[in-house]
Amino acid sequence: MESVELSRYLTMLTLSVHVIFATVGVGVPIMITIAHWLGLKRQDEHYLLLAKRWARGYVISVAVGVVTGTAIALQLALLWPRFMEFAGQLVALPLFMETFAFFFEAIFLGIYLYTWNRFKNPKHHFYLLAPVVLGSAMSALFITSVNAFMNVPQGFTLIGGQLTNIQPLVAMFNPAMPTKVAHVLTSAYMTTAFILASIAAYHLLKGNRHEYHRKALALTMKIALIFSIATALVGDLSGKYLAEYQPEKLAAAEWHFETEGEAPLVLYGVLTEKNEVKYAFKIPYALSILVHSNPFGVVTGLNDIPKEYHPPYEIHYFFDIMVTIGIWLTFLSLVYFIALWRNWSFIKTKIFRILLVTSGPLAMIAIEAGWWFTEVGRQPWIMRGFMQTAEGATDSPHVGIMFVAFAVLYLILLIGTAVVLTRMFKKNPVELELEKDSIEQRSVAK
Amino acid sequence: MTLEVIGISVLWLFLFGYVIVASIDFGAGFFNASTIVTRKHHIVNSVIQRYLSPVWEITNVFLVFFFVGMIGFFPKTAYYFGTVLLVPISISIILLALRGSYYAFGTYGTKGHVGYTLMYGVTGVLIPASLSTALIVSQGGFIRETPTGGIELDFLSLFTSPFAWSIVALSLVSVLFISASFLAYYSSVAEDIEALNLFRRYTWIWSFPTIVTAMGIIIEMKWHNPTHYEGMLSLWWLFALSLVCFIASLWLLKKRHYGRSFIFVVLQFAIAFYAYGVSRYPYLLYPNLTIYDGFTNETMAYALITAFVFGFMLLIPSLYLVFKLFIMNKPYIQKRNS
Repeated sequence: MESVELSRYLTMLTLSVHVIFATVGVGVPIMITIAHWLGLKRQDEHYLLLAKRWARGYVISVAVGVVTGTAIALQLALLWPRFMEFAGQLVALPLFMETFAFFFEAIFLGIYLYTWNRFKNPKHHFYLLAPVVLGSAMSALFITSVNAFMNVPQGFTLIGGQLTNIQPLVAMFNPAMPTKVAHVLTSAYMTTAFILASIAAYHLLKGNRHEYHRKALALTMKIALIFSIATALVGDLSGKYLAEYQPEKLAAAEWHFETEGEAPLVLYGVLTEKNEVKYAFKIPYALSILVHSNPFGVVTGLNDIPKEYHPPYEIHYFFDIMVTIGIWLTFLSLVYFIALWRNWSFIKTKIFRILLVTSGPLAMIAIEAGWWFTEVGRQPWIMRGFMQTAEGATDSPHVGIMFVAFAVLYLILLIGTAVVLTRMFKKNPVELELEKDSIEQRSVAK
Repeated sequence: MTLEVIGISVLWLFLFGYVIVASIDFGAGFFNASTIVTRKHHIVNSVIQRYLSPVWEITNVFLVFFFVGMIGFFPKTAYYFGTVLLVPISISIILLALRGSYYAFGTYGTKGHVGYTLMYGVTGVLIPASLSTALIVSQGGFIRETPTGGIELDFLSLFTSPFAWSIVALSLVSVLFISASFLAYYSSVAEDIEALNLFRRYTWIWSFPTIVTAMGIIIEMKWHNPTHYEGMLSLWWLFALSLVCFIASLWLLKKRHYGRSFIFVVLQFAIAFYAYGVSRYPYLLYPNLTIYDGFTNETMAYALITAFVFGFMLLIPSLYLVFKLFIMNKPYIQKRNS
């Protein structure tokens, strides 16, 4: 295999691992903030403990997120030296600002973790979360803007291989950026909420009747519902953006070959070698409605785009996975919310709880599928319209062996994280910790 | 001062920041692990944990900062260093990843797990060695052209070069020296006499190899890169000043002024580090790349410097807060001893 292919696979591997921890890294701070705030407001030790325990688990995921993030930051130059040489002049600003935001977050997270009970006014400790939430959201914003730039490069003029008229802010605030950032943030909050809900549901499923887990489940599912709806709305805007700026990606995702009005939305199915779609659900007019909010709107098809610029047609499956899971989880959280409100008891059945337990992992699969869709969907470009992927890659012959080394590393990291996290919480169950806290408080009261 | 010089000065500052905080961190990990083997772990454990826990994340950010800034200010370095250093830097990343995650696993997960602690110590010593390859290669002489017109690292000449091994040796011993000096100071604040005595001894042990290897490298440079050697000679007074700081730090150590002793250790390294940096001017990668032909466009340079100024206005108060809460905070440092 050539270095280009291997570099692509290694980048994909690193990012696929990193995105797990990055998503959690963006999402958990806001969950901790909500729980901590509720705890202070209602004087409820259960919510305070939720914040404390989430924060403790969060540290492990941050650690792995930091190291995989360092890996991808360095790999960008190691695997794509020519691309970074070129793009470095255009996107250095958001890359630089991303590290500032992360630095800010890292500092305050460290302070927050080590200052429980060190402030006389507990609210001062709570305020430390603001820079953590802000820092994590800002670093997502800056890094996503770099990715958005690769999809819609702008803010410069290329004359005979020379870059002129460079405008860093125009490059950063490109048309892809608003929808991308919004989709990344809402889906990260949504996924994290479902993951934490999964944990609570797991304890309830195992027969634990503690008030703590019920509160955790109700809280996280409500947050999950809000962000599922937000994610879906932003996803719709992303589709409209694609139709306008990257029609080839949308057309490949939808297996939409003929440019036509009244375009149907294609779900599932398989593609034959002659590019015929079989066994698929077709929702008439839906694609036109999605793109133009008008059932008769004309949608560009793949046949009107030069063949060498077609993305791989497999991205259709990634798109389907993402959308299907998104809709299913929105529906699940809506049902849960209504049932909670109307006091229906079927949400306490075993089957429903199993569904809740699967929601977190499903959301994470959707995140992965979504990133694969967007990244594979801009092939053959590394910078759409300016540089093809093969032109940006390294010509080093050692990429293969590095791929193996990193694959082993990530396996160790993933297993390690899973083992450590389960042990951490199994050895120190909620009941034990609540008891310890109340003993401490009584001794303080005396 | 031109934009190029401002750019490289900013980067050199980050790299120096990383050298100091990472040295403390790597050395602490090494002492933490080695005292398990020598059964003195109970003496140093509390001091090291108190310091490391809140700051371990911050260390890594300095490195990413330097690296992102490098590509920002000098995008051409991405091509040269990226192509050539794929293997050594990948090894550094893997070691950093193992180290970072094992620290978290060991500290927050299964407390006191010996395997994790040993891993943390061993990787900490290997990382400076693998990272210093970047510095060695930038010195020139280890890159050759491929038949297809590309460039690649000449592994054979790298591994057989005494000059390269001297730099690796310097990075190792200076890590232990800087770290021991800081930890001696930290345990003096903690009033932990046993730990203090141990770290004071370590500082003495590692001080002389540091200065010997450093001087050895200056001499070796004469054969390895005469241009750079000339540059260093013209700055001899700075290296002499660094030596004076070294002697001052040892004298203060003897007089038991640990805080001031550590400040002189930092000064010693800062002066030598900047003198070394200035003496290689204007080369980023000898002789292929200077700071002038690798520089980014002017607009981006101004944008980066602006971002840098605003970022620092945010960072300095936050770092000050960390200092106040964890590093200069007597009750915090002493808590576990009482």
